[in-house]
Amino acid sequence: MLAAQVLINALVLGCLYACIAIGFSLVWGVLNVINLIHGSFIVLGAYLAWGLYQSLHISPWYALAITAPLFFVIGYIVQRLILNRVITAPVLVTLTLTFGLDLILNNAMIYYFKADYRKLTLSPPMGSISLFDVIVPVDRLIATASALALTGVLYLILRRLRIGRAIVAVRLDRDAAVLMGVDVNSIYAIAFGLGTALAGCAGVLMALIFPISPLTSTAYLGKAFVVCVLGGLGSVSGALAGGILLALIEGIGSTLIGPAHATTLSFALLILFLILRPQGLLGRKGFE
Amino acid sequence: MMRSNLILLALVACIAALPNFGGSYTLRLGTIACMYAILALSWNVAGGFAGYPSFATAAFFGSGAYTTGVLLSKGVPLAVSVPAAGVASFVMASLLGAALLRLRGHYFAIASLSLIEVFRELVNNATDLTGGGMGLNIPLTAGSGVLADATFFFYAMWGLLLLTALMVTIVSASKLGFGLACIRQNETAANMIGLNGTLYKSVAFGLSACFVSAAGGVYAAWVHYIDPSDVFDILYSVKPIVMALIGGLGSPVGVVIGAFVYLGLEEVVWRNYIQIHSGVLGVLIVILLLFLPRGLMSLRSRILPWRTKHV
Repeated sequence: MLAAQVLINALVLGCLYACIAIGFSLVWGVLNVINLIHGSFIVLGAYLAWGLYQSLHISPWYALAITAPLFFVIGYIVQRLILNRVITAPVLVTLTLTFGLDLILNNAMIYYFKADYRKLTLSPPMGSISLFDVIVPVDRLIATASALALTGVLYLILRRLRIGRAIVAVRLDRDAAVLMGVDVNSIYAIAFGLGTALAGCAGVLMALIFPISPLTSTAYLGKAFVVCVLGGLGSVSGALAGGILLALIEGIGSTLIGPAHATTLSFALLILFLILRPQGLLGRKGFE
Repeated sequence: MMRSNLILLALVACIAALPNFGGSYTLRLGTIACMYAILALSWNVAGGFAGYPSFATAAFFGSGAYTTGVLLSKGVPLAVSVPAAGVASFVMASLLGAALLRLRGHYFAIASLSLIEVFRELVNNATDLTGGGMGLNIPLTAGSGVLADATFFFYAMWGLLLLTALMVTIVSASKLGFGLACIRQNETAANMIGLNGTLYKSVAFGLSACFVSAAGGVYAAWVHYIDPSDVFDILYSVKPIVMALIGGLGSPVGVVIGAFVYLGLEEVVWRNYIQIHSGVLGVLIVILLLFLPRGLMSLRSRILPWRTKHV
């Protein structure tokens, strides 16, 4: 029974991890930027959900509908005004720049919300369901379903919409996309906006489950790193596979050798994957 | 290259006179200035000479601090523990480098960032040895009195800076430095003409970790208390990069000047805006990267265009 519980927990958590990582993966794949603000955007989304519920009693499900367009606009503007100026610079410059932006956003959040941990508690609580001794909290289950739905929406955007095809084209070959008449700068901005919107939505879902504090942003960012490397870059299915794999490893690892070592294990695995299989589980070799 | 190395050594020599000019506050600033210069110069060996964007500085700083701290609390004298930390780090970084430096660009950046996380968690979980999240108290080592203490640690850090500057001077004038420049410009071509790239990169990575660890050790002995979130702070990785960017990538003198300029800015910000100091640092980084991506040294050629040199 323990095994089944660990497995279910991993599946539930894995979809959430995928949701955390997918925006990060999109930005890394399309813009070739390691986006260190991602974690802080997730926390900001969580605060938004918390604030809306606390002051206006808007439930987190509706908060998703507010968060997504708002964060898209924020991301679009940040990319257009700041990031786009150094987009062709080497990784050192773009990574340090996003680190600087992260310092600003994180400090602003510490300043306004303080570093206290807060929790969004739904009233009445949603309880949990149990099936053959396997217990799953309902709010977690709904958050997982929403995470899957968000991932699906991104998949459909990239597959079906004209703009999505353009994003994929820029990712595969930037120069060829330019020759085909794709406006690369606007695609960059839209991809970054999408990434930010997904971070915000992931934050809303996280607010349901985990405590909220500006200090948690690096933990989310770390998860995004590991998921991207495990699953492979820039594909929706890769992020899902990476998220579930990470959750499985963490779950099994903390059951067998203790929860304190779960993070060490996942990062050690990340370094191992980078060296042995840098294209990830589902990634293809050939383009970076 | 020769002239700029002489300027570097002269600059370091000038700093030694600092204790004659001020009290313990000046000494504290001077010690931090030397520490920052060590971090920036060391980073420059991997990041500037070889062109590998390493974010692992904090990992080596922290492991050096903990190696020294644990040795000191076991009764080993400072004069042994700090070199031990440096040597251990050199060996470890060279071995890690042989594996990690096969990665390029973004992948190397992520791997080196993750190194901090791995080291921090290892230290966090080795509670028996390191005290884990409770931190590690380190016994007092130096002489009696506040001022004597401050002077001692200033000269300890300064001595390390001198060693680091000598190392950088020797590397940049040697075959190793030339090989690293080849690797930076075109690694595939460098390998093609028979340069042992892996060896060169590993040694460079080891050298860039060695003095950082020793500085971490002196820092640990100086502040008497360390904990994982303090010495494995990712800021120790980013600050040297910002300093190097302020000064202009690649040039050791520029990097040291960048470290001093950065310390000055940081001190002003800490004094006046304690609540928002990291935000102000962020603004500084963004402005620097957007408007002065080639560093302060590039201003010279902008103001005095006839002295422009092509490097």
